[in-house]
Amino acid sequence: MSLTETTYWVVGASFALYIWIAIRSRAGTTQEFYVAGKGIHPVANGMATAADWMSAASFISMAGLIGLSYNGYGGSVFLMGWTGGYVILAMLIAPYLRKYGKFTVPEFIGDRYYSDTARVVAVICLIICSVTYVIGQMKGIGVAFSRFLETDYETGLLSGMVIVFFYAVLGGMKGITYTQIAQFCVLIFAYTVPAIFISLQLTGQPVPQLGLGSTLADGTYLLEKLDQTLLDLGFQEYTTSLRGSTINMAAFTASLMIGTAGLPHVIIRFFTVPTVRAARTSAGWALVFIAILYTTAPAVAAMARLNIIQTLEPQPGQYLAVEERPEWFKNWEQTGLLGIDDKNQDGRIQYSADPQTNELVTLDNDILVLANPEIANLPNWVIALVAAGGLAAALSTAAGLLLAISSAISHDLLKRTLLPDITERQELMASRLAMAAAVLGAGYLGLNPPGFAAGTVALAFGLAAASLFPALLLGIFSKRVTREGAVAGMLAGISVTLAYVFQHKGVMFIPGTSFLGDLPANWFFGIEPNAFGVVGAAVNFAVTFTVTRFTAAPPDRVQRLIEDIRVPAASSRD
Amino acid sequence: MAKPSESEVREIYWRENRRWMLILGAIWFVVSLGCGVLWVEPLNTIQIGGFKLGFWFAQQGAIYTFIILIFVYARVMARLERRLGLEEPEA
Repeated sequence: MSLTETTYWVVGASFALYIWIAIRSRAGTTQEFYVAGKGIHPVANGMATAADWMSAASFISMAGLIGLSYNGYGGSVFLMGWTGGYVILAMLIAPYLRKYGKFTVPEFIGDRYYSDTARVVAVICLIICSVTYVIGQMKGIGVAFSRFLETDYETGLLSGMVIVFFYAVLGGMKGITYTQIAQFCVLIFAYTVPAIFISLQLTGQPVPQLGLGSTLADGTYLLEKLDQTLLDLGFQEYTTSLRGSTINMAAFTASLMIGTAGLPHVIIRFFTVPTVRAARTSAGWALVFIAILYTTAPAVAAMARLNIIQTLEPQPGQYLAVEERPEWFKNWEQTGLLGIDDKNQDGRIQYSADPQTNELVTLDNDILVLANPEIANLPNWVIALVAAGGLAAALSTAAGLLLAISSAISHDLLKRTLLPDITERQELMASRLAMAAAVLGAGYLGLNPPGFAAGTVALAFGLAAASLFPALLLGIFSKRVTREGAVAGMLAGISVTLAYVFQHKGVMFIPGTSFLGDLPANWFFGIEPNAFGVVGAAVNFAVTFTVTRFTAAPPDRVQRLIEDIRVPAASSRD
Repeated sequence: MAKPSESEVREIYWRENRRWMLILGAIWFVVSLGCGVLWVEPLNTIQIGGFKLGFWFAQQGAIYTFIILIFVYARVMARLERRLGLEEPEA
């Protein structure tokens, strides 16, 4: 069977599984549609959260980001940032919002800040964060289809939309939860199998996390070899090269951490477990499942980078002949992810850090994960599995984001603000319509990606960190913060962050409109735009506290609400 | 000894909760932004197996510690709730 046929079978089987689950888990009530009836086991929710969380970017791009763009150590910002947020979530956010026990994040902000204005501002912040994020997933679906199944981008995107439409509209959170569990299993299997093989081949160690610290066949440590090889090619050392500066790395890590704890599609997953206690353990399980991928990724990054270099230069000074390059190399050249240009016309490929002499002119980040099984000569079914895994990662995250968006519209805007008199059945219908509209809208944006689609995923974290996270945190831990303070803080935080990104990357990312230029010299304390969320959050806190000082304290019922969410249950002693 | 009142129980619970958050939060900061970013250079002079220690914290160690922190927090809070009689009824 050819590779394309195998891929069709594997991807087709995974899709059939998702549809079967969708049919079995239709939602009958709004409680099922929004929070899966609050009956999900904490371990199962941990798996669903892991799939919800790990997007196409985590699966396809992250190892390459670490191994290539960020040259090793600099990529640690993603590893620590995207996992450290779960500690904040487990201690500071999830248990209290679970105790509050309703359906959405803006709903909590609206009730805690006793204001429909706060509710609507939270809905706007949620939509800005989630839409920027979902565009990236839609593109991921289209790209995965077009690369592996040889369809065009549009057909791929439409097939993905039909699948998401099916289970998200029918089952809401209930359908999404069970498909996410299945998708987690597919994606983690697809990620770890090639990693185990490549680790075995290079180091003889089957556990990639240990392989990263092991020795190669010639007795030198893998990381030492990689450091030395990169130095010889003119790059910086793999294990020590910073991303920007220490301040930039700290700000980037912190932004991703608090952004994680403020992203609504992750927070609402913790509304689906039965108790506050389950919300805490579930966050722990989610991180266990995420860590399987996140501790494997740096191993894949280093090993695949070394593999590519050794393919091009098997012995020092002995470069690969253009004519002799392997089959997979030619295949990936056709997709534009790899590209060579024999500048000195010697018929061989010289890879170097110097752009003047470097002949490997294109080396896309995504290639590390996508071509990994082929570089390691793994069987076709493993390559097909990587395709199914990438799609699972993109679909599961897209569905979670779409639910966050549609529930904010049908529940917060319609039921809680505009039409409070609609019945349960009408609201369920409205939530299905909102979901259908969200899928179509996301599909439209995936087909016609706006100019700002490129750097969007990291931006979503900065925006969530600067807008929703401070409002949630203070809503739980301060009884004094007022609605005026919270509304002003959210608006200030999101505006400052957007303004900083726009002034360096262009208004709505349109090239040429960036009035300060994308120059590190103009960066505030050397902090790059994607890492600015932590500064936006600081602005949010400062504005919230200042405005709070000059406004009247929240009413008694809000004080009682805060007392109530802080404790899991009334004392059973009396 | 007189039974503590409902509001006293809540106060004890919240004080203990904040204490654990501070302790575990400090460890969270030390292993990630501390060992992984701020003090990475001195730690990199220590080599364990094939890893420089600072690099290991940044790409592996911090993540393992995060998992332990969450489960420790979940455990101490569950125990505290049992001790104070604040357990939720099983759903």
